[in-house]
Amino acid sequence: KHHAKYVNTLNALVAGTSLENQSLEKIIKATHKSKPGIFNNAAQAWNHSFYWKCMTPKGGGMPNENKHSKLLCDKINASFGSYDNFRKEFAEAANTAFGSGWAWLVSDAKGNLSVRKTIGADNPMVSSGKCCIPILTCDVWEHAYYLDYANLRPSYVDTFLDKLVNWEFVAENLERAVDSGKNWS
Amino acid sequence: SLSRAITTTYHIINNNTQSQHHRRPSTNKITIITMSAKQIITPALRAASIHVRSSNLSPALSKSAAAHLSTAPAGGGGGVVHTLPDLRYDYAALEPSVSAETMEIHHSKHHNTYVTNLNVAMEKLDAAVSKGDAGSIIGLQGALKFNGGGHLNHTLFWENLCPAGESAVPSGGALKDAVEARWKGGFEEMKKEVGAMSVGVQGSGWGWLGFNVKTGRIEATTCPNQDPLQATTGLVPLLGIDVWEHAYYVDYRNVRPNYVNAIWDIINWKTVEERLVAAQQQK
Repeated sequence: KHHAKYVNTLNALVAGTSLENQSLEKIIKATHKSKPGIFNNAAQAWNHSFYWKCMTPKGGGMPNENKHSKLLCDKINASFGSYDNFRKEFAEAANTAFGSGWAWLVSDAKGNLSVRKTIGADNPMVSSGKCCIPILTCDVWEHAYYLDYANLRPSYVDTFLDKLVNWEFVAENLERAVDSGKNWS
Repeated sequence: SLSRAITTTYHIINNNTQSQHHRRPSTNKITIITMSAKQIITPALRAASIHVRSSNLSPALSKSAAAHLSTAPAGGGGGVVHTLPDLRYDYAALEPSVSAETMEIHHSKHHNTYVTNLNVAMEKLDAAVSKGDAGSIIGLQGALKFNGGGHLNHTLFWENLCPAGESAVPSGGALKDAVEARWKGGFEEMKKEVGAMSVGVQGSGWGWLGFNVKTGRIEATTCPNQDPLQATTGLVPLLGIDVWEHAYYVDYRNVRPNYVNAIWDIINWKTVEERLVAAQQQK
C-alpha cells in the first residue's frame, strides 16, 4: 500500500510533463530542490525498491569474504575498523533518526564507506559532492516496523542487521560504485 | 527548611575553608556536603554553587564542590523532573476513534520515552551550563527539541481529546466567534482545512490550530517531527493532532485520512476554548 501509493502518485504527477519518461534517478536529482511533491514520491519509490533488495531471508550478520565479496569485507574494515564498529554506527543512525527516515551505508567512487541518516524521503544520492552512492538502506519510518515491533525500533533494527541484510546485493552495489560511480537502478 | 539547609551547607563549606590553613581539605567532607545538597532543589543549589565559586576557597575545593553541587540533584533545568501526565480518561474511552491498544502504547511507551529522554537531556544540559560548555550545550539542542517537543506536544494532545460522548462543538462563545472570523464556513470549513493539512504532512509531524497573539486570529498550520508549535512558529497551541504513524497505524494502517476524520469525534472543544481564552487575555 505504502510503496504502491508512492509509485501511483508519482506517475500521476509526472504525466504530461517533461519528466514523464525519465528514469527515477533523473527525476530524483532534477526535483530534489525544486519540486518537493514529485521528489517525495520519486525518492520514496526508489528508496522502497532499493530496501526490498537490501533484505533476504536468512541474511544479516557479518559478511563473508568467500560467500559475498572480499572487496566488501575489506572496505568495511578499512572504513570502520571492524564489522562490529560498522554495525554499531549503522544501528545508532537508524535509532536516532528523529522522525520518519532512513539509515544508509554509502560508498564514494573509491569504495570509502560511511553511514548516513536521512529524514523523510531524502536519499544520500542527492548529497553534494561525490560522497554518497547508497549500497544499503534500512527504512525507519514507523510503518516499516510498527505492527511487528510497536515502539521498539531498536529491536527491529537489530533484527534487520542480524537476520535480513542481503550482503550479496550490497556487494553488487559496491562493485558498481567503484567501477562506474553509478547507483543501482 | 530550605534556607536552613542552604545555611548548613555554607557553614560546612566555610568551616572547611577555615581548616584549610592547617591541613588539606578532606574530600570526605565534600561528599557529606554533596549528600545533604542532594536534598536541596536546583535553584538553591545554583545559589550555593555560585557562592562556592565566588568565595575564597582554594580553586581545587571550589571547583570540586561546584561540580558536585551542579550534578547532584536528580533532575536538571531548575529542579524540575518531568513526569508522564495521567490521562483524564481510560485507555478505552476514546474508542472507536482510537483503540485502547493504541492509547496504551502511545501514552505509556512513546510519550513516556520522550519524558525519560527529556530528563536525561536536561541533566546533561545542567552540567554543560554550569561548566559554561557551549559546545555541549549546542550539541544537546537536537535531543532537547525532539524529546521536549514530544513531551509538550503529547501533553497538549491528551488534554484536547475526550470521549465522544463528551465532545461537543460549541454553539456560541469565544471559540465559535474566532473560528467563524477565520473561516466563513465555520467549524466544518476549519475541520476540512486542518484535516487536509494534517493528512498532508510528509513523514512525521502534527497538525495544529493555533492562536496568533499579534493578529488576534486563529490559524491552521503543521509542524514536522516533534517541533513544538509555540517555540517554532510563535502561535499558541489550541488543538493538536498527532499524525506520526504510531498515532494511527494499529487502527488505520496507512489510511491516515480515516484517522483524521475519526479524531474530530473525540476533540475536547472545552479545552480548546479555554486555551483560546487564556491566549486572548495575554494580548
